[in-house]
Amino acid sequence: MSIENTKVGEEKLAVTEKLTNGGEIGWNGQTLQSMLEDTERLTEETGHYRGLESLELKEEDRFEYERLYSRLRGALVSARETALHVSASPIVREIGELCFQIYTPEGDSIAVSTGIIVHVHTGSLAIKWMIEQDYEHDRGIEPGDVFCNNDNDLGNVHTTDVHTIVPIFHDGELVAWADGVTHEADIGGASQGHTSIVHTSRFEDGIYATCEKIGENDELYQDWKVRGERSTRTPMYWDLDEKCRLAGCHMIREAVHEIIDDVGAEMFKQFTREAVEEGRRTMESRVQERLFPGTYRSTSFAALPLEEEGWKPEQQTDTMHHLPVEMDINADGTMSLDMEGTSSQGDHSFNAAEGSMTGGLWVSLTQCLLHDGKVNDGSHYALDTHFPEGSLTNPDDPQLSFHAPWGTIMPAFQSVWENVSQAFFARGFREEVVTGYSETSDSVQGGGTLMESMAQMIPDEVGDYFPVSPFDLSCQGLGASAVRDGLDYGYAMWNPESDMGDIEEWELTQWGTQYLSRQIKTDSAGHGKYRGGSGWEGVLTVMGAEDCTLYKAAQPDVTFSKAGMSGGYPGSTKYAVRAHDTDLADRAREGEPYPTGDTPPGSFEEHIEGDVTRTHRGNYFPKEYDNHDLMHFQMGGGPGWGDPLERPLAKVVADVEEEIYSPGTVESVYGVVGEFDEKNREFELDEAATDEAREEIRERRREESRTFEEFYEDERERVKDGDVAHQVAEMYVDAFDISEAFETEFHEFWDLDGSGF
Amino acid sequence: MASETDERQVAKLIEGELGWEELRNDVLPDPKDDQRFEVTRRLLEERVDWDNPILVPLNDHLYAVGAEQGRIVKCDCGHEFCSLEENWKHHARVRVREDEEEHREIYPQYQTPHPDWDFQLREWFCPGCFAQLDVDAVPAGYPVRQGFEPDVDTFYEEWLGEPAPDRR
Repeated sequence: MSIENTKVGEEKLAVTEKLTNGGEIGWNGQTLQSMLEDTERLTEETGHYRGLESLELKEEDRFEYERLYSRLRGALVSARETALHVSASPIVREIGELCFQIYTPEGDSIAVSTGIIVHVHTGSLAIKWMIEQDYEHDRGIEPGDVFCNNDNDLGNVHTTDVHTIVPIFHDGELVAWADGVTHEADIGGASQGHTSIVHTSRFEDGIYATCEKIGENDELYQDWKVRGERSTRTPMYWDLDEKCRLAGCHMIREAVHEIIDDVGAEMFKQFTREAVEEGRRTMESRVQERLFPGTYRSTSFAALPLEEEGWKPEQQTDTMHHLPVEMDINADGTMSLDMEGTSSQGDHSFNAAEGSMTGGLWVSLTQCLLHDGKVNDGSHYALDTHFPEGSLTNPDDPQLSFHAPWGTIMPAFQSVWENVSQAFFARGFREEVVTGYSETSDSVQGGGTLMESMAQMIPDEVGDYFPVSPFDLSCQGLGASAVRDGLDYGYAMWNPESDMGDIEEWELTQWGTQYLSRQIKTDSAGHGKYRGGSGWEGVLTVMGAEDCTLYKAAQPDVTFSKAGMSGGYPGSTKYAVRAHDTDLADRAREGEPYPTGDTPPGSFEEHIEGDVTRTHRGNYFPKEYDNHDLMHFQMGGGPGWGDPLERPLAKVVADVEEEIYSPGTVESVYGVVGEFDEKNREFELDEAATDEAREEIRERRREESRTFEEFYEDERERVKDGDVAHQVAEMYVDAFDISEAFETEFHEFWDLDGSGF
Repeated sequence: MASETDERQVAKLIEGELGWEELRNDVLPDPKDDQRFEVTRRLLEERVDWDNPILVPLNDHLYAVGAEQGRIVKCDCGHEFCSLEENWKHHARVRVREDEEEHREIYPQYQTPHPDWDFQLREWFCPGCFAQLDVDAVPAGYPVRQGFEPDVDTFYEEWLGEPAPDRR
């Protein structure tokens, strides 16, 4: 249909006429740049969004205000629920890895749909960047235009999160922006997958759309479509995901037009301003209602064991990243988050741009503090962040790879969650405590080509590429709270609606791989009075494929990221097992057992003959897999809360019977002794032996612990001599180089005059 | 409007005995009970054998309390650690697990830190009752940081509108 006879066509004529006569597309004849400058100035000067000291619409016509909010948010949610069916990728359709946002003309988020609400602020950064670059006069911003961004450095979380951004006009003025984002199965790049750990630079990351205009008159440019078709490994998913995002944005645009038709443009404009200011006020009042003022500190660590795996010389090193978080909760309800001392950016794919970090912040706070669905950029104005420039959390080199920033975001936000949870506990809201989570790995990724032998089963796809990118990883163990155990195998930090999806759905797209099992990973849950949620493990095999490569990223593996709280332990670390050149086909023919897991570790090899590789580290880069080769992977357990010796005996008995913990583990950690009938899964508690074992554990605490002074003297000598692993020493030196404050804190604590590191 | 304070419910929260249905339907949703802090504080005071006013709970066992010598950190067993401004860990006992053998008492093979990375679990105990008060997971040589410095007076005076219990 020609655009001329549509609403957008009318808008386009109005804007063209305005521009021809020297007009601007902002409100009341302003440019977008001047609107943005005014907004920043007024907000800074008054402490209220755009100087809005009173919310007139909200106060005078509360029903109308709330109706408008519900209507707008409903439009976003509706766009999401409808648009996801346009997609074919299970990541979008099955898992719901998409989200829609609406922004003010100057790029402040007004409302966000359900879904991956990590994107509260990301599109904001991209829109503001376009305004600052004077797109309105240079590139042009017109009704019917379509923009795309996935450049993390300018406002995104994850390179494979791709945004479609559409301006919404009314009567010649830009009244809002709609933004849809989906998580792609593949955007090209040096290796397959949605979160490659192989890349070291931008030049390996695949397609980058840097706030690019990709269409006009509601149509995508032909050259852009061709680029997507030829630059990704899964062009069909790319194309349908793009249509999904665009359809959603257009639904939102239509909803805004209807709202304006009903209530008038002025009321809509007033509403959007007040909605942002309400978000700011809600954040401050919620902080004062739920938290305790003060200073909170926690540190996470992220190991990157790539010395043996790295493909390029610069990445062949074992690295540990330092991720300290200090939070202040101030008397006025504002918060600050300071990551001074964070490790520096590097030649790997774990660089997280400032937008990625604020994404992590909002997906966290919307789960613990602002879960009424009304989060927007107003909340952002109530929070001050410091991600040091040049660090892993705010790189100043856009040529680095940004493909796997979650490898930094997830461990860093373990500390944020701990700090906020400490504040909940202090305030008496102990049910809101979350000690952390298992980071969402092992992410099994890769791809291959369907071979001729599968022609009878999938005749149309022989010779075609199939991606391997299941979202098993979205079901990890959640950490314990201070009143109950964590959620077992059902949580992803980045998506509160986490869902691994039916494996049969994934197998329909991952033609050449088949699952042999999914089962509980015993002894993965972090110990405590309240234990962390359990993880799980799986085994898959390759069938009917050629040129298949698979890889996985595991976190945490050679070290923990962070412990539990109040005496609780972290969930276990992860590792890797795989088998090549196996006898699986013979076993299948003979009806003999095959591996369905690796619990206890080492049992995988009992049921397979072949070339088994087992490493303590969980990461490995893409390896060739032939038919009947096997890959083992595991999802982690969450951290625990409280002293394990205080865990009620009945709960420990249930842990054994439900395979959460093995009998040996509950005896050594919880001091719980009994006889386990594995066949009937019944654990008979020996109360006398349990009393004795618990007393023995307490006695060992007395005997094996030291005073702080003794510990300090020994550890200080070690620091003074530089007697720690080289990757630990390098972490300290790097943090000192980037942060004088951390160097001072370190040397003052150990009372060292710069010696040691 | 906050829901009505249910002391039985708060007591069960403290004891970890609140069932999932009640937790999900009555405790987790908004709006929150605006008397929760005071009720929790009073119930916690009833549970300890000493008389210092509790100012703020720090974890399952530790409290910031008012004492003759000022504000201090105190364990529910009665052991007094230090002033509230100090890091209580500097006055606790600690056991460090760094070798794989030590980690293996807690986790199975391969599910521990790799021995080449010098990564520690520091277990912090009360010198009085040997309750496990906290666990740190850090590389060797990492400073012992103070996790929480509560701003007690701002909370009571500016947020609750009354002096802290030790200053009433």
